[in-house]
Amino acid sequence: MSTNYDITKTLDVTGESCPMPVIKTKSATDELAEGEVLEVLATDAGSMSDIEGWAAGTAGVELLDQIEADDVYKHYVRKTA
Amino acid sequence: MMGGEPLDSGDSAAPADTAPPTDGATEAELRARIDTLQERIDDLESAVETDDAEAPKKLTIIATQGTFDMAYPPLILASTAAAFGWDVVVFHTFWGLDILHEEKSKTLKLSAVGNPNMPMPNALAALPGMDRMATYMMEKRIADNGTATIEELIELSLDSGVDLQVCGMTADLMGYEAADFYDGVTLDVGAATALQHMAESDVQLLV
Repeated sequence: MSTNYDITKTLDVTGESCPMPVIKTKSATDELAEGEVLEVLATDAGSMSDIEGWAAGTAGVELLDQIEADDVYKHYVRKTA
Repeated sequence: MMGGEPLDSGDSAAPADTAPPTDGATEAELRARIDTLQERIDDLESAVETDDAEAPKKLTIIATQGTFDMAYPPLILASTAAAFGWDVVVFHTFWGLDILHEEKSKTLKLSAVGNPNMPMPNALAALPGMDRMATYMMEKRIADNGTATIEELIELSLDSGVDLQVCGMTADLMGYEAADFYDGVTLDVGAATALQHMAESDVQLLV
């Protein structure tokens, strides 16, 4: 994994299913300061499209990366405003 | 062409320097009109941008069903829309009120009879205890799947600013009191208010 960003905080929502990963991602992002990066660990396959869609439709967040590895979906979200 | 002026001679094609009809207005007046129009265009464009980028979307759901399975769709959509920053209203009426009823929401039943997804004929499904069994099976699946409970989704919705509304008329009809409902719900809402929210919404759903 090529990270050119520092992870500020990790949110573990493994074992939780729709809609919790995206909702908890939103709450965790609210608590970040501008420029900080949230890592989200999920096992819900739907989190890939949910978090992508949420980031696209939400002002002040940027989806940096989404990675699937060993049945865990990792999402990296930067707060931009 | 025979006789008269040829139709498409160089003279009759509008040359670039021919001024359009001016209705007798002076050049200064025309410039003023253009400036006024330009301001109007700027105003309208910025209004459109505001609509697209800043005004949050709005979702209104009318929740009419009080079975275990039918409680989920409105709550999942409402809490997710709130995470998207949308304004969300859920108007609960008739059996949908049971979702907001603190006691009843914990004992909502899945109906085994008439449910095409039940692996049993209706004659069996109608036997005593079958609804309870079907509900138990579904609850177990939900726990195994890591799906949130109805109670968790209600708390989550209220915490994230979803307006969970109780229809006043049907609450009276069902004999429910204000104290029966979760704290934080909006009581005594009428059909006119529900319609107003629907009219203002980008998405309206009846569940």
